[in-house]
Amino acid sequence: MSTGFSTLELIVAAILVVASAGLSLALKLGIHRSMLISAARMVVQLLIVGLLLRSIFAMTNPWITAGLVALMILAASYEVSARQQRKLAGAWNFIVSGAAVSASTLFVSLFALTSVAMTQDWTAPQVAIPIAGIVLGTSMNAASVGLTALMDGLVADRDAIEARLALGHSKRQAVQKLMQRAAHTGTINVINQMAGAGIITLPGIMSGQVLAGQDPLIAAQSQIFLMLLLGAVSTASIVIAITLALGRLTDERHRLRLDHLQGAVG
Amino acid sequence: MAKLLKAQALQWNHIGPWSFRVEAGHCLGITGPSGVGKSVLLRILADLLPHQGEAEVDGVACSAMPAPTWRRTVRYCAAASGWWADTVAEHYTDIGAAKLNAGQISLTPDLFDKNPAQLSTGERQRMALLRSLENDPGFLLLDEPTSALDATTTAEVEALIAGKMRNGMGVVLVSHDGGQLERLSSSILEMRK
Repeated sequence: MSTGFSTLELIVAAILVVASAGLSLALKLGIHRSMLISAARMVVQLLIVGLLLRSIFAMTNPWITAGLVALMILAASYEVSARQQRKLAGAWNFIVSGAAVSASTLFVSLFALTSVAMTQDWTAPQVAIPIAGIVLGTSMNAASVGLTALMDGLVADRDAIEARLALGHSKRQAVQKLMQRAAHTGTINVINQMAGAGIITLPGIMSGQVLAGQDPLIAAQSQIFLMLLLGAVSTASIVIAITLALGRLTDERHRLRLDHLQGAVG
Repeated sequence: MAKLLKAQALQWNHIGPWSFRVEAGHCLGITGPSGVGKSVLLRILADLLPHQGEAEVDGVACSAMPAPTWRRTVRYCAAASGWWADTVAEHYTDIGAAKLNAGQISLTPDLFDKNPAQLSTGERQRMALLRSLENDPGFLLLDEPTSALDATTTAEVEALIAGKMRNGMGVVLVSHDGGQLERLSSSILEMRK
């Protein structure tokens, strides 16, 4: 097994990023500032996480593992709700994001971890935390992108949706196309990842394991396992997010209730 | 065929209450300054806005039936027309009947094969009217139905509506065109702030 990258190698990689920033300055692209800041953030965040995980792995206390996963879910829910440009008014914004992210992540992670349990101790933080983390990240993306597409679509297609309602179509019929579009947008990332896996890109997990000295076939198997989880969690997350958001933005009299959006009128 | 549309103390936020009756074959014209809530009133009648008060057709309350059923009887045709499919034709359930009526208001059959965005505002406005007339609603709620039309086409649209009224359709008409209100309405509701 290799022991990963040395400090020297990390410094070489950092020089490349600084060079990118220099290129941006020279060509007036305006991305140097955010490139450098996010690179610095990434370094600090990952080093802290590495240290934190090292001590958590040493403790092997399932409650601490569970607590950490709960914190991660809370942070992801906050990210989804904060990133929406159009938000549901009141607590609903956080409720919808939180429900989509937490229910889909818990369901898929527990499912995955119990299947891992046949061969390994699934409460071991080395197993539970990376699986929950990668599943959570994908769930967060799906909910965030899907909700944005849904909210923007509801506002942009308002006349079309109300026209259908006025003609006596059910709310379900009236928002059908929009639901499809939002589901498509929210899952396209993971679908592309699956379709392109191995041909267009060597996926992250597999690359990481191969770099760390793992046999490529075993690395491929872990990647397959995770990819399938990600497909499932994207779908679950987007379905929950869309269903709850649409439930709040329509009512039992088949009306469009954009007045339930933040800062909306009528 | 529905005979009587009755509105009792319809109210939305601080607008209203409004009460009135519209009989089959008649038109109630609605006037008032911009922003007084004329469109809001039509949207309440179609139950597209949460509201107080009750509307009923032939003694059956709106709240007593599913909203889509109500809206097929009390049909709202908005001032801004909305489209959801790629061709105009896909927006109709009975394309034959629609094309038949289309000739009366200067819409050529080839327009049905186009994308709604390719039509002019006035063409879309008339296409939306045809859509609202499908399956003969008992009552039609019209919001500025000829705002984008010239005098000739306006007259054709009015003739089409008048024809449907002779067959028993009731109409609630919001219009800024005083002459149009006079030509079509048998009574006028003036809304004030």
